Amino acid sequence: MPRIRRELYSKEICACSIFGAMNRDSERFTGAGVMKAIANMHVRGNGLGGGFAAYGIYPQYKDYYAFHLMFTGKSPQAKLSAKKELDAFLCQKFDVVYDEEIPHGDEATVSDPPLVWRYFVLPKKQGEDPSLSDEDYIVENIMLVNTRIENAHVFSSGKNMGCFKGVGYPEDIGEYFMLDKLYSAYAWTAHGRFPTNTQAWWGGAHPFSLLDTTIVHNGEISSYGTNRWYLEMYGYACTLQTDTEVIAYAADLLMRRQKLPIEIVAKILAPPIWDAIDQMNEKEKKLLTTLRMVYAPLLMNGPFALIIGQTGRMIGLTDRIRLRPITAATRGEMFYLSSEEASIRLISPQLDRVWTPNGGEPVIGELNSMRKVLQ
Amino acid sequence: MARAAASQSNLESDQADEGKSALIDATDLETKELNGQLRELMLSGVKKVNITNVCGQRYIGTRLYTPEHLKMEIEIFGTPGNDLAAFLYGHKITVHGNAQDGVGNTMDGGEVMVKGRSGDVLGFSMRGGEIYVRDNCGYRTALHMKEYEDKRPVLVVGGNSQDFLGEYMAGGIVIVLDLHGRTHKANFIGSGMHGGVIYLRGNVEQSQVGGQVDISPIDESDRAVLDKFISRFVQHFPEVGKSKDEILNSQFVRLTPKSKRPYSNLYAY
Repeated sequence: MPRIRRELYSKEICACSIFGAMNRDSERFTGAGVMKAIANMHVRGNGLGGGFAAYGIYPQYKDYYAFHLMFTGKSPQAKLSAKKELDAFLCQKFDVVYDEEIPHGDEATVSDPPLVWRYFVLPKKQGEDPSLSDEDYIVENIMLVNTRIENAHVFSSGKNMGCFKGVGYPEDIGEYFMLDKLYSAYAWTAHGRFPTNTQAWWGGAHPFSLLDTTIVHNGEISSYGTNRWYLEMYGYACTLQTDTEVIAYAADLLMRRQKLPIEIVAKILAPPIWDAIDQMNEKEKKLLTTLRMVYAPLLMNGPFALIIGQTGRMIGLTDRIRLRPITAATRGEMFYLSSEEASIRLISPQLDRVWTPNGGEPVIGELNSMRKVLQ
Repeated sequence: MARAAASQSNLESDQADEGKSALIDATDLETKELNGQLRELMLSGVKKVNITNVCGQRYIGTRLYTPEHLKMEIEIFGTPGNDLAAFLYGHKITVHGNAQDGVGNTMDGGEVMVKGRSGDVLGFSMRGGEIYVRDNCGYRTALHMKEYEDKRPVLVVGGNSQDFLGEYMAGGIVIVLDLHGRTHKANFIGSGMHGGVIYLRGNVEQSQVGGQVDISPIDESDRAVLDKFISRFVQHFPEVGKSKDEILNSQFVRLTPKSKRPYSNLYAY
């Protein structure tokens, strides 16, 4: 058979980009710098996904859960009908204090944008188990929306924070949602996507989030099937067709519901290999062996570098042998995480400290105010 | 696209022997544009180029191969992107700052000096030339470095290395000085190593190195090798504030592979 001559792929095959910036004194800043920084890693992505998480952007509604909804569908009618169905569901389950379309720029600048809406809500629990916490109630209902209401997806649901994401280069998505003009946050994370295993769609862009936990991720979770199966037993439905989703739910399960500290969570997601455990003292050996046995299905196999955002915190973590890059840096009260150092230098040429954390060891930036409360 | 670089760059004549030198402002230049300009400059006879405001542009120095072996000296101010000096063909590159991942990827010859730290996979598949890094380096340094006949790459790191130093190493010389520490913390050093030599200043535990690696004390011939390359290291980085003798008068260990073909029996039944 004659060989078919293939076109040379003109785009460099590369990887995702992740970036995070946090002011530990809680001073808020616009998305302009973060957009510039992630755009500097343009070649790592391929325009099939970009997104941001921003913390501290809704001070006027800080006591309400901010739901960001995405209504997909082929026609405007399909999107509106999904919204109508969602509105009916939401009014039944929540008190909606305010809602509006999320402001955006010209729709022609992005490909096939969904209708994106935000709702500020409080749970309206009726006849539910009184022991059910607000947050459990919200997670339960998000899962209902994402699995039952066609074309409606909750992609952000925390207090005083929000995710913005879509198909495009991250700088285009940032511009579409006007993150450099409309929002100020004390912490931003950002992602440029190079999808490897699943198709690109607006819901599949990073960050992935549940309540105030957001994940941006570079890499591939080859244990996705196992992780997904395990998380389903705890009521998490994976609907977004991307491996990163399981990390967001695992973080919610371990950190919010089981209240484990990030240092332990890191050892569950990226445990040391058995040879390394053999070298440890008895106490450590017992702890890590127990974690590996109890939480085996939450081990995230495969290469990853990720940034976890939470209220007051930004955490960087890689797989145990750091098969994806992450650089951490500080300058005064600013704390940065990035796939590449140059992006940090672009917005902060002078840095106090730059380092590449060891695989499987989390780097944690916390608001000074929160730290004081904890101490 | 590569612009007509000579017309854009600030050409200035230098001392007669040194040849022409030039300056490139890399602000907002894309990888391809920057490397295109470098190549144009080299072909027009420029011998020395300073590049300012470098911020993440990749493959700097890569497109400088000519059959005539033209040589150039490049000084980089800023943070060069991944795969700096990849396939480098006899040129000399100095980085005033930190470098990212993949410095000297499959480098063929020449010299790279990093006045800062370097990221992961430093010296990956390097097959000739010398790299000097003043501070620390990341994971998988000297991954599959190799040598052939008179081509023997050399990599000297002033700080420490993270895990998988010299993984699958097949040749060449790696020296890690760890000037600010006493014990190496990296693990999986020399995993799958089957050629070349790694010298570590200070000590290392057997559990930190791959199963196919021998740890031994250095002898006189090793000392001569160390003397030669540590001299160059302190010349390149006087700011380290250490003399050659000071560094040489410490304990060193040598890591060499037990076998040139560690997996020869693995697939043979």
